[in-house]
Amino acid sequence: MNDINRDYRMMLEAYQKAEGNPAVFADSKIAHLVVHKNQVVGKHLVPGLEVLPRETPEGVDLSIRVLPGIKIEYPVHLCFGVLPETGTQIINIDAEIGEESRIALLAHCIFPNAVKVRHLMQAKILVKKNGYYSYNEVHFHGESGGIEVVPKAKIILEEGARLETNFQLIKGRVGTLDIDYEVEAGKDSVVEMIAKAYGYGNDKIRIKEKCVLRGEGSRGIIKSRVAVKEEAESEVLSEISAYGPHSRGHVDCVEIMQDKGKARAIPIVEVFHETAKVTHEAAIGSVDKTQLETLMSRGLKQNEAIDLIIKGMLK
Amino acid sequence: MLKIEGLNLKRGGKLIINNVSFEVVDGEIFGILGTNGAGKSSLAYTLMGSAGYQPDSGKIIFNGIDITQKSMDERARLGITLAWQEPARFEGLSILDYVLLGSAQKGYTLAEGYIEQMRLTPSEYRSRQADKTLSGGERKKVELASILAMKPKLAILDEPDSGIDMLSQEAVIHLIREIKGYGGSVILITHDEEVVKIADRSALMCSGLAFKIGGPAEIIDYYKEHCKPCPTKSYPSQENGK
Repeated sequence: MNDINRDYRMMLEAYQKAEGNPAVFADSKIAHLVVHKNQVVGKHLVPGLEVLPRETPEGVDLSIRVLPGIKIEYPVHLCFGVLPETGTQIINIDAEIGEESRIALLAHCIFPNAVKVRHLMQAKILVKKNGYYSYNEVHFHGESGGIEVVPKAKIILEEGARLETNFQLIKGRVGTLDIDYEVEAGKDSVVEMIAKAYGYGNDKIRIKEKCVLRGEGSRGIIKSRVAVKEEAESEVLSEISAYGPHSRGHVDCVEIMQDKGKARAIPIVEVFHETAKVTHEAAIGSVDKTQLETLMSRGLKQNEAIDLIIKGMLK
Repeated sequence: MLKIEGLNLKRGGKLIINNVSFEVVDGEIFGILGTNGAGKSSLAYTLMGSAGYQPDSGKIIFNGIDITQKSMDERARLGITLAWQEPARFEGLSILDYVLLGSAQKGYTLAEGYIEQMRLTPSEYRSRQADKTLSGGERKKVELASILAMKPKLAILDEPDSGIDMLSQEAVIHLIREIKGYGGSVILITHDEEVVKIADRSALMCSGLAFKIGGPAEIIDYYKEHCKPCPTKSYPSQENGK
């Protein structure tokens, strides 16, 4: 068996251990790309989807194109990972979603043995008129905490386009997470960004998401759910600036801290047009007493109730 | 079943439960009627063992066990529960998951029928979450269904009729009868004299005192005459010359 086949098999095994279903990588209707460190070890495309990977010394540059009018029926599975204890993986994505086209990407980022691993992602995404782009990124980490995850994205939505992002890092230690997403929303476009993370040990979580509602009638929501315990720290910076007439934005942040954890939330809402409106809600602190006691009044012990509340929030 | 002896609770320097004593027997519906601020909900939280509602003196005996110092979850596992007046909302927890929280399936059949009577379909309560997408009335119905699923020995219902529509009021009465039907007891807290008519006995509560205990008709008459509205804002102890 050559190295690529071995790495591909090991990536799928790690994916399966992280409760993923490896059958999706054998389904001809479902496009996929598997990248281990800086090597593309598996790739399958469907009509209308162009993915050009270029291996670099420390990662892969990806050009992704969805041709105009093409609607990719099933989510495209991307599998990124570093299986050894040490290493760096830098993924650069340049994506263009054509007019009236549609794609949902499901990225699995797998670092089960990381002791000192860096995973850096830089994405530049253009969603053209009435296009739809969904990006779900789910991380599976080991328990050492020796990983640094730095996803950055700049996304532009043209008229009527729609963006949904969903970042989840709730299995295994976070290590250091530093998200930085920025979206510029055109006329009548819609943005929905969700980030969820659960830190413990000495994990550090920083989530910065910014949405500029530039076009008339554009809408955006930034939703963050973070829990920290032990000595973990989190900072969530959510920013919506509304320039477009009749644009609407909402920031919704909940952070729960326990033990010696530290949680910080910084919602920034700005409005630059008299008909625009941005609202925000943020709850930060220990587990809500009413929720806790409601569950305890059904017979759950305090630690069981806290666990259920946090798992539900991050679900 | 439940015996409360000389219960006192101060919060913020103010006596909000004042020497309350009464008993609830097996299968009894015991009403607690009073205006806003009378101390009814505080009494409910004290009986349930809520944080910050630990009594300064007095005892709570449940089926022969002194539960005064027991935690809320210990009391729940003994068979006491509370339907909250303004129930919490939970992200990531389906209505069905919430209803079954304390049930261990024992009261699920009762609860399922109850939810459906509340006009929520099975697909709704399996897929929808018990979060802020539920209206106040819907959340209240889910709260009451979860009480039934738990099949408690003693259910404390804090204003169970508030926030739900008129058509669903009958379902609240149905819930109370279901609990009585299997031999459970209910402490029914309300400010509405129509609701308390279902009680076997009732106490009138004012300024932390449960100062009058008797049949519902007697209590309702007194309530209408003296408490709605309170003409003097005086303490019952002063009014009764105690």
